Amino acid sequence: MRKIKKQKIYLLALLLPFILFVIGFEIGPLVAMIKNSLYADDGITFSIDQYLTIFKSKFYLQAVKNSFIIAIFSAVVSVIVAVIVAYSFTKFSQKIQNRLLMIANMTSNFEGIPLSFSYIILLGNNGLFTLLFGKIGWDLFADFNLYSWTGLILVYVYFQIPLAVMLIYPSYQGVKKQWKEASSLLGGSKFSFWLRIGIPVLLPSIVGTFSILFANAMGAYATAYALVGSNYNLLSLQIASLVASDVTLKPQLGSALGVLLASTMIGAMWFNERMMRRIRRDLR
Amino acid sequence: MKSSMTFHKVIIGLLVIYLIIPLIGTLLFSIAGKWDHTILPENYTMKWYMELFQDERFYDAFKRTLFLIMMTVGLSVVIMLPTIFIISVYFSKWERLLQATAMLPYGIPPIVGAVGLIKLYSDGPIQIAGTPWILVGAYFITILPFMYQGIRNSLRTLNAVQLVDAAELLGATKFQAFRTVVFPNIISGILVSTLLSVALLFSEFAMANLLVGGRFETLQIYMADKLNSSGHLTSAIVITYYSMILLLTGTVLKLTFKKDKGPIMSNKKRILSIFKKQYRQKNTALEGEN
Repeated sequence: MRKIKKQKIYLLALLLPFILFVIGFEIGPLVAMIKNSLYADDGITFSIDQYLTIFKSKFYLQAVKNSFIIAIFSAVVSVIVAVIVAYSFTKFSQKIQNRLLMIANMTSNFEGIPLSFSYIILLGNNGLFTLLFGKIGWDLFADFNLYSWTGLILVYVYFQIPLAVMLIYPSYQGVKKQWKEASSLLGGSKFSFWLRIGIPVLLPSIVGTFSILFANAMGAYATAYALVGSNYNLLSLQIASLVASDVTLKPQLGSALGVLLASTMIGAMWFNERMMRRIRRDLR
Repeated sequence: MKSSMTFHKVIIGLLVIYLIIPLIGTLLFSIAGKWDHTILPENYTMKWYMELFQDERFYDAFKRTLFLIMMTVGLSVVIMLPTIFIISVYFSKWERLLQATAMLPYGIPPIVGAVGLIKLYSDGPIQIAGTPWILVGAYFITILPFMYQGIRNSLRTLNAVQLVDAAELLGATKFQAFRTVVFPNIISGILVSTLLSVALLFSEFAMANLLVGGRFETLQIYMADKLNSSGHLTSAIVITYYSMILLLTGTVLKLTFKKDKGPIMSNKKRILSIFKKQYRQKNTALEGEN
């Protein structure tokens, strides 16, 4: 009996490094951030000033709004593209489908700094295509500015699409050929099949993918940093400059914004979960 | 019927072109000599790559990134393997807690993680902000979900618990059983999640920039710093970097493909497939009613 107890203590000791890492680098920082957000600028007085500042400041509300719009917009576009593209995927042979997935997988790794680089090289002020189109005389890109909202959307959509395709593609496997046959035997048209059977079956996957893409865009930092620096008012860029820049160091305010960002993401996940549950109940 | 197939071909064609054009453009630009008024470059040269490979800073940054990756992934394997093993064998009631702890970092964007880390380590008893050590800790948590998934799945496929029972019946101690039976069998199983973690850390920028920045220049920081230099040189950097990532993920894909021969679902998105599985189960339930 005693031996077993001793052994358990010994085993628990082996868990210690893991527990230390989790406390030190996962739970600890989260608690520190939440706690820090509840202090005034001096870091001593306990207050909710930081949150009041955010909700009163046009500037920070703008940052939240910009991030929100860009996240929603890029997620919606990518999901729509992915639903169409993934359906087209299923029309090809298994071998080609695997190849296409491979391409999606490989390009989904092309993100962050290198991706922004690539877009700057191609479409920036002195970009390859910008110059080329200018010489050829295409006015299409004359007004285009990569370092702006349009540019950000373009790059965000680029890194969201492969991810969306990979997430939605598997759910098409759930739409069975037999269902289509059954539906047409019973006199349903192609349109009514998708309206009544196809889309409802895909819906949980679409909603789930949407919330993942939304969270992905909300938290994206590297891409925006490389593309617009601090010229564009985005939540992630503001947090970064508040906690780590030399000019505007306000860690408490940064923490409060961090808490807001984290809650948006948790909110997105919660929404996803709720939607899926509701949709499933309808199915049953 | 035929015309609808053409439609799908066009859709796929457009997607592939859209995804590949930035890469092809960057590749061409990195080997182009003179290219300003023609569709394709007038001549090709390797001089941008030569310039890059003669840059000491590039090698130094590369070495620093490698150091961080090897430290973190090594540490993760050494710590997580016994932890998951012990918890699943002896403290199975904590399994859910372990799972929640291991999956939580997946929902926290690096930018949020960095805020707390800076606060915690810039003053107080442990001041490691600005040193590579804070990155090792932060990255340990970043790759936690992937390592956890990989190790737990291979322990399950191995039937580790039963194997250890058998070894103990035959007179081995627990440690012996782990070292001679479980460990050698699991190493190949966790290769995929290790490579995934390597690829993930290779492309990590947010934490590195916010926690350490220029004081410990990693490959990503080096790239961001070169943002404003010659476009040809930066394209050479991007292509070199991306080839390394391709090599890593290519290996991962090949290994996964060999293992389950199913449709390719690897990469970091593999984690997301947890939530996919729920639909699949639901669908099979529906099929049963057919």
